Amino acid sequence: MYRYDNYDRQMLQDRIAQFRDQTRRFLCGELESTQFLPLRLQNGLYIQRLAPMLRVAIPYGCLSSRQLRKLAHIARHYDKGYAHFSTRQNIQFNWPQLAEVPDILAELAEVEMHAIQTSGNCIRNTTTDQFAGVSPVEIEDSRPWCEIIRQWSTFHPEFAHLPRKFKIAVCGTEHDQAATQVHDIGLYIHKNDQGETGFQVLVGGGLGRTPVIGQVIRDFLPWQHLLTYLDAILRIYNQEGRRDNKYKARIKILVKETGIAVFRDKVEAEWLFSKDGPATLTREEVDRCKKFFTDPAYENLDDQDAAAANQLDTDVLFANWMERNVKTHKRAGYRIVTLCLKATGSAPGDLSAEQMDFVADLSDRFSFNELRVTHEQNLVLTDVRLKDLPELFRALKSESLATPYTGLLNDIISCPGGDYCSLANAKSIPIAEAIQRRFDDFDRLKNIGDITLNISGCMNACGHHHVGNIGILGVDKKGEEFYQVALGGSSDRDAAIGKILGPSFAQDEIPDVIETIINVYLNQREPGEKFLTTYNRIGIDPFKERVYAKAD
Amino acid sequence: MPRLIDTSGTELVNEWVKLEKDSDLVTALACTADKLLVPLELWQNHEEDLRKSGKEIGVWLDSDQQAAAIAADLERLKLVALNFPGFTDGRSYSTANNLRRHYHYTGEIRAIGDVLRDQLFYMRRCGFSTFDLKDTVKLEEARTALGDFKDSYQSTIEQPAPLFRRRLQP
Repeated sequence: MYRYDNYDRQMLQDRIAQFRDQTRRFLCGELESTQFLPLRLQNGLYIQRLAPMLRVAIPYGCLSSRQLRKLAHIARHYDKGYAHFSTRQNIQFNWPQLAEVPDILAELAEVEMHAIQTSGNCIRNTTTDQFAGVSPVEIEDSRPWCEIIRQWSTFHPEFAHLPRKFKIAVCGTEHDQAATQVHDIGLYIHKNDQGETGFQVLVGGGLGRTPVIGQVIRDFLPWQHLLTYLDAILRIYNQEGRRDNKYKARIKILVKETGIAVFRDKVEAEWLFSKDGPATLTREEVDRCKKFFTDPAYENLDDQDAAAANQLDTDVLFANWMERNVKTHKRAGYRIVTLCLKATGSAPGDLSAEQMDFVADLSDRFSFNELRVTHEQNLVLTDVRLKDLPELFRALKSESLATPYTGLLNDIISCPGGDYCSLANAKSIPIAEAIQRRFDDFDRLKNIGDITLNISGCMNACGHHHVGNIGILGVDKKGEEFYQVALGGSSDRDAAIGKILGPSFAQDEIPDVIETIINVYLNQREPGEKFLTTYNRIGIDPFKERVYAKAD
Repeated sequence: MPRLIDTSGTELVNEWVKLEKDSDLVTALACTADKLLVPLELWQNHEEDLRKSGKEIGVWLDSDQQAAAIAADLERLKLVALNFPGFTDGRSYSTANNLRRHYHYTGEIRAIGDVLRDQLFYMRRCGFSTFDLKDTVKLEEARTALGDFKDSYQSTIEQPAPLFRRRLQP
């Protein structure tokens, strides 16, 4: 993991002092609320329906056990004893007191954490694949590049007041678990024929009101030029992005209106001014960052274990968990374990302070004191010995963290929705729960197989509904909460925006609608076909007919 | 009373009289001040007359006007002012940057408009040299704000070497 040096620490301390003073000026009336608003947003602080919400950055999803214990402490001491993992690998506290936020930031700084640029019209937390560094199918570890981007984007003086928020994702694995193509800038790590590292650069992707898949602006950007090229894209966007209409201010609209070819020309022309200049990355800097992400002290192990194999044969719950939540590791004798935070009856992505402490202990015992946060709102222990799996499973079960739902229908991505968020048109959490209750049988879920179901409580699409195989969007219909359903979305390498099925549904109709959709798939699928494959083959009509036939 | 400071926080006497956006040539020539800060449109339409007036001329750009518009004139301009219609309109940061980097402008770049204390550090980093503070800003606080951060990661106009090039040095 990256460790701060004196420079990083000093900048964080400077920021806390700055925000403490801004908060003081606001509370004593020296700073108007319209002036305080963008300042507090750039420190992750929203004013929500019931209380302020503080969003803390988990840079590219990497978290140490020490940091997680600090988050647990903050949840207990400053909040109501729990917190929520978001779809951008951040964590949100829903009940802090405004006056206490500077103290929370000071506590976070003790463990090298912060809430910098987790909100507001600036460059947000850079995200990546949660299996970076341990995946057996990896082109290159994305984390050093993410850290380089984190430093470049932190307090970037030129880009603190962009037309709108700006999100960057980096992916170095074959399967894209970072939703890279629906980011303002998406970076796929590539190697050229000489084995040199570079990036395929996508621009103009995004969700929200107008979902767009990013377009390739450069097929291969040699690594040395990463930051100067990012600067060039941002500089064009900062000057030319629309500022007259909040809903048309994202870079995706600029790229669409300009056309990718013209936009590319502008960026490349701008780039010439800084290309090979002082911001060009050096081998020394990349090596320095890579040193923070070397392998832990792996043992030389066999890739089989008698006790684990035995339990696999005799314990069906263990076998289910192994099948869904445990993935192959690049190293023999190790496994990647996902802790699915989607137990029925608890809000997707929520974790109590006790569970946080518990998971922190597990990562100390089983996974080199580190863990990852996923954009699917789950946690990952990246380096567990195969022979430790039975013991880890027992421990997880005791805290309801062994739910074997990873990648199944009940592994629902959901925003906090109308229960918390003042932007939401409708609730999300009860919808997720109603669906989970309807499908609360592992064999049935397993039979349905790999599928994603994403729920957002409003157009802003924090729940990534556009890219769920099944997407659900809360809408407001004359003051009542309704839900629009879309099919066929994907956030993997084959990224696609879902297609709306038809008129929206009342809350209590949703479990039936989802069941009908699933039944159409089960009836029509060919052997081995996943939901998305069947959908892409048969199209939306068979689903439409069945779902709306029922209503007549 | 608006105040003008430089990057060190020193208060300066503002000798320039700023003309509003729709000002015409007659108003400009009738002005008794020796130093006139004129809007881009006036400069573009009456450059010849303005130069013949014997006054010193500076040009100010609004946030939707780019550095390229005055690129050819920069050698003759002692002052370019960049407007912030609202402090959340961040376009002028890039304009300042472009004036310095694209056109190697070495004269004064002044921040005008909604110039508040919490943006001063970033403005300074982007190449602004003077700040025409909004009258609600306390002078002492503005001075503090110019030094809100002791260092920064990026390559900027003020410090072209990014931290990663300096960090390696003992």
